[in-house]
Amino acid sequence: MSAGPLVQWSWISSEKGTILSLLVQHVELTAIAIAIGLAISLPLGILAWRARPVRAPLIGFAGVLYVIPSIALLSLVAPLTGFFSITTAEVALVSYTLLILVRNTVAGLDSVPEEVEEAARAMGYSSPQVLFKVQLPLALPSILAGTRVATVTVIGLVNVTALLGQGGLGQLIIQGFTEDFNTPVVVGLVLSVLLAGVADALLVLAERAGIPWLRRASATTR
Amino acid sequence: MAAQGERYNPMNFLSEVAKYLTSRSQWSGLDGIPNLLTNQVEISALAVAAALITGVGAGVLLGHSRRGGFAVLNAANAARAIPSFALITLLGIQPAIVRLPEGGLVATGIAMWALAVPPVLTNAYVGTRDVDADVRSAAISIGMTSAQRFWKVELPLAMPLIMAGARTAAVEVVATATLGAYVGFNDLGSIIFSGLALHDNVETFSGAFTVALLALAVDGLMLLASRTLTPTGIRASTRRRRRRSLLARRHAPGLPG
Repeated sequence: MSAGPLVQWSWISSEKGTILSLLVQHVELTAIAIAIGLAISLPLGILAWRARPVRAPLIGFAGVLYVIPSIALLSLVAPLTGFFSITTAEVALVSYTLLILVRNTVAGLDSVPEEVEEAARAMGYSSPQVLFKVQLPLALPSILAGTRVATVTVIGLVNVTALLGQGGLGQLIIQGFTEDFNTPVVVGLVLSVLLAGVADALLVLAERAGIPWLRRASATTR
Repeated sequence: MAAQGERYNPMNFLSEVAKYLTSRSQWSGLDGIPNLLTNQVEISALAVAAALITGVGAGVLLGHSRRGGFAVLNAANAARAIPSFALITLLGIQPAIVRLPEGGLVATGIAMWALAVPPVLTNAYVGTRDVDADVRSAAISIGMTSAQRFWKVELPLAMPLIMAGARTAAVEVVATATLGAYVGFNDLGSIIFSGLALHDNVETFSGAFTVALLALAVDGLMLLASRTLTPTGIRASTRRRRRRSLLARRHAPGLPG
C-alpha cells in the first residue's frame, strides 16, 4: 500500500482545469458567507451596542454556534435545508462568522471616544448621522480586523463542507482519501493555506486604502 | 402536518432522534456512545496536554528572553490557516501510519496537537512578554535572579492569558477531533459519518447533537477551570489593570486602535 509521492506534478498538470474550478468554488463559498455574515452582523452589532440588555444573550448565542463542531453543525442544519445543498453549507459557514463579526462591531463602536460623539452632536448631527458618519467609520478598523479573522476561518471550514457535497478544495482532500493518493490532499491543503494568505493580504490592503487616517494618526502619535 | 415525500415532519424526526439516542444498543459495546465519547475526550486531552507542554514551554521562554517573538507569532498565525481536515486526511493515508494498529488515533492525535499549539504558544508568549515594565524592574531591583523573575513574577502574571489559550485550544480540539472518524478513529464522529454514508439522517443528526453537547460542555468546564486556576491575587490585579486600560482608552485623544 502506498499513497504515492507527496506531489505528483503530472497529476497536477493534467487536472489543472478541475483544480482551478474547485478553487473558484472555494472563493465563491467564502465570499458569500462573509457577505451574508457582514449583512447580518453589522445590524446585530449595532443593536447589541445600543441595547445593553441584548448584548450578553446575543453574543452568548453566537458563542454557542461558534463552539459547535463544523461537521456537527452541518449535519444539524441539513434536515431543514437539505442534505448536500449549498444552503446547508452557507448556513453553517455564516454561523461561524457571527461571533467574530458581532463582537468586533461592538468593540469597535465601544472604542469610539465620547468626546467625538459630543463634538458631532454639537455640530448639529442627528443620531443616524452620528452613527453613519462618525461612529461606524471610526469602528471600521475593528470591523475589518474581525472580517480578516472570519475570512481565514471560513476558508478553512469550507474544506469540511465538502463532506456534505459543497466544498471547493475540500473535494480534492476527499478524492485523495478515497483513492489513497497524496497529491490531491497536498494540493488542497497548500491552496487552502495560500488562499487564506492572499485573502488576508488583500483585506490588509483594503484596510490601508479605506482608512487613510489610521496611518496618519499612528504617524503623529509616534 | 408536513407534506408527504421528501419533506420531513420535524416532530417525527426529533422523536426518532430521541428514540435513537435512548435505545439500549447505543449505550454499550465498542460502538456505543460511552466508548466513543471516552475515545474523543481521551485523544483531545492527550493532544491538548502535549500542546501545553510544548507550546507553553516555548512561549514563556521566548517571552522571557523577549527575542524572536515576531517570527514565532507569524509562524503560529500561518499554522492556524492549515485546515485540520486536510492534515488529518494527509496523515491518515501515510503508509507508515496506516500500518500501525491504532493508525487513526495517531493521525488524529498529531493533527490535533498541531491545531492546539498555535493558540497556546501565542498566548503564553504574549502573556509573558507583556508583563508590566514597572513590575519587571521592581523584581530586578529587589534582587531577583532571572530564574526567580520567571517563576515568581512572569509566569504567574501570564497565567490568565495562558489559561485563555488552553481553553481556546481545548474547545477547538474536542470539536475538530470529530473529523478523526473520517480516517478510522472510533470517536463520536463515527456516528455522523456512518449516518452520512448510509443516508440515515436520524443517525447523522443524533451524532451531531451529541458532539455539539460535548463541545459546549468542554467550553463551560474550561471556563470554570481557568477561573479556579487563576490565583485570587492575580485575578484582582488583572481586573484592576483591565479597568485602568479601559479608562485610559476612553480618555485617550485620537482614534481607536
